[in-house]
Amino acid sequence: MLTAAIVGSGNIGTDLLIKLLRSEEIEVHSMVGVDPDSDGLARARDLGVRTSAEGVDWLLAQDDLPDLVFEATSAKAHQAHAPRYEEAGIQAVDLTPAAVGPFVCPPVNLSGLAGTPNLNMITCGGQATIPIVHAVSRLVPVPYAEIVASIASRSAGPGTRANIDEFTQTTARAIEQVGGAARGKAIIILNPVEPPMIMRDTVFCAIPPDADTAAIAESITEMAARVAEYVPGYRLRAEPQFDEPRDDWGGNARVAVFLEVKGNGDYLPPWAGNLDIMTAAAARVGEELARLAPGEKVTR
Amino acid sequence: MTEENGRIRITDSTLRDGSHAMAHRFTEEQVRGVVHALDSAGVEVIEVAHGDGLGGSSFNYGFSLEDEIKLIAAAVDEAKTARIAVLLLPGVGTVEDLRRAHDAGASVARIATHCTEADVSLQHFAAARDLGMETVGFLMLSHRIGPAELARQARIMVDGGAQCVYVVDSAGAMVLADAQARVRALVEEIGHEAQVGFHGHQNLSLGVANSVLAAQNGARQIDGALCALGAGAGNAPTEVVAATFERLGYTTGVDVQGVMAAAEDVVRPFLPRLPFADRSAITQGYAGVYSSFLLHAERAAERYGVPAHEILQRVGEAGYVGGQEDMIIDVALRLVEERERAS
Repeated sequence: MLTAAIVGSGNIGTDLLIKLLRSEEIEVHSMVGVDPDSDGLARARDLGVRTSAEGVDWLLAQDDLPDLVFEATSAKAHQAHAPRYEEAGIQAVDLTPAAVGPFVCPPVNLSGLAGTPNLNMITCGGQATIPIVHAVSRLVPVPYAEIVASIASRSAGPGTRANIDEFTQTTARAIEQVGGAARGKAIIILNPVEPPMIMRDTVFCAIPPDADTAAIAESITEMAARVAEYVPGYRLRAEPQFDEPRDDWGGNARVAVFLEVKGNGDYLPPWAGNLDIMTAAAARVGEELARLAPGEKVTR
Repeated sequence: MTEENGRIRITDSTLRDGSHAMAHRFTEEQVRGVVHALDSAGVEVIEVAHGDGLGGSSFNYGFSLEDEIKLIAAAVDEAKTARIAVLLLPGVGTVEDLRRAHDAGASVARIATHCTEADVSLQHFAAARDLGMETVGFLMLSHRIGPAELARQARIMVDGGAQCVYVVDSAGAMVLADAQARVRALVEEIGHEAQVGFHGHQNLSLGVANSVLAAQNGARQIDGALCALGAGAGNAPTEVVAATFERLGYTTGVDVQGVMAAAEDVVRPFLPRLPFADRSAITQGYAGVYSSFLLHAERAAERYGVPAHEILQRVGEAGYVGGQEDMIIDVALRLVEERERAS
């Protein structure tokens, strides 16, 4: 059991709160915001959670500091907070694009990062697609992987909109560093259709012409089931699609994987699967860290 | 027909929108040939990029045969007076891509978003202005929302640094008054600070007629492509636009004989097929489907044995927007599944 504070009382922080309150591995220490009138803090108070609208100063002044802090503010805020958490000995799970610490995707690389003071949750598109890229790259070399994330317009907040390059660049980098592709590319599309569309992600991986497609398909299916353990609405829309090698693909063959990410409807509606997968993956990270006793490896 | 109707700037998009119809396989030689012909004919702005904009070379949209930056540099080198424009879709391309295009000599940045998502373009407009580029906003699939709402989105782009905003009929779905009303609404909202443009497609054969109505309602920039080379049934043909506008008494600075020769002698010989309003393309105009989905739907139709026009119809019903080419395969797989269940 670890204690954890949530910093940031917006949509992400509030959805994460509801998930952590269900967890048997995490005890919620407090929820911290900067706006006393925020809906998130009101919700937290209703749920019996200790709250403050006085920000990180309040949190770090407490006698009982939490083991973990989940940061759901902004990249800029997290950059300012990160050294203070580290100094106070609080491990940080960062849901902003700040990328102060290494990228983490729970089913791929969490076990090697458990002792790291600061972990970054990449992006929603990264959490949805990097496990699949890894499922391919653990069997065959992936010279190039590309992902397309389609999200409902209503689920893209002002931060995402003002800085959309951050999404594509961060996700592409993590496809390489965590997914294991030699080169990564990420595309994001905002769709305003009503009723809002459920998050969709497509993963394309270049694979060698003689790759064992049956083994790759099995690896992808196994990985999708592992993600679905902590994101129940995560599923393959169809069997992985294999295409023959082509000259304009540098002689490589291709596997295409079509994913749907339906949210759990905790604080945000089910179509906001992009936000749900971030909070679910962050909660998963917290739980795995809690299960990790000193000297023991995460055994998932 | 010598009545002076004002000045219209024609932007030729053969080497960008036409890239869709060429499956993004333009060679440097073709680019140089087209730029030379357009430049000689007095076309002021020539757009060069992957069909889906900078950074569009991908599995999802098709890989470029030649690096687009190399093609842009070749176009800049070939043009004596014309300026080279690039297209960028935020979410596909990045400011970094724009910088590279600018370094290669591109001087006009056209930033495209879905018609309701103008606010994702702000960092790109800011970067383009910092680079000293002329800026144009591109509201794709403009038929999907009404004139007033479209004007509000145009306002966001102008406030972000756009010097012109286009009504973009990406699906070739606008029928005359649709184009007219949208252009008029944009002129009212932004006309005193920025220009308004129109980009037409031929899926319902109204690309030129819509462009004329756009001009008559205050649009000052009009797009075309030689031989209509573009997505779907193609774009308003540059040579027809130039001829029509001259007959209407507009000044375009374009030599009609020159662009006709460019179309006939330079572009036509390398076309894999002439753009044509076939069943699939008409379905796009009729159902309001993004024109560049055409070849992707044809490919998925062949791969999965379901009709392309049915795929496009379904894509229209789902409300997919530009960039969601991956959903075409998904829709084809659904159709296969439904057929298997029914049999």
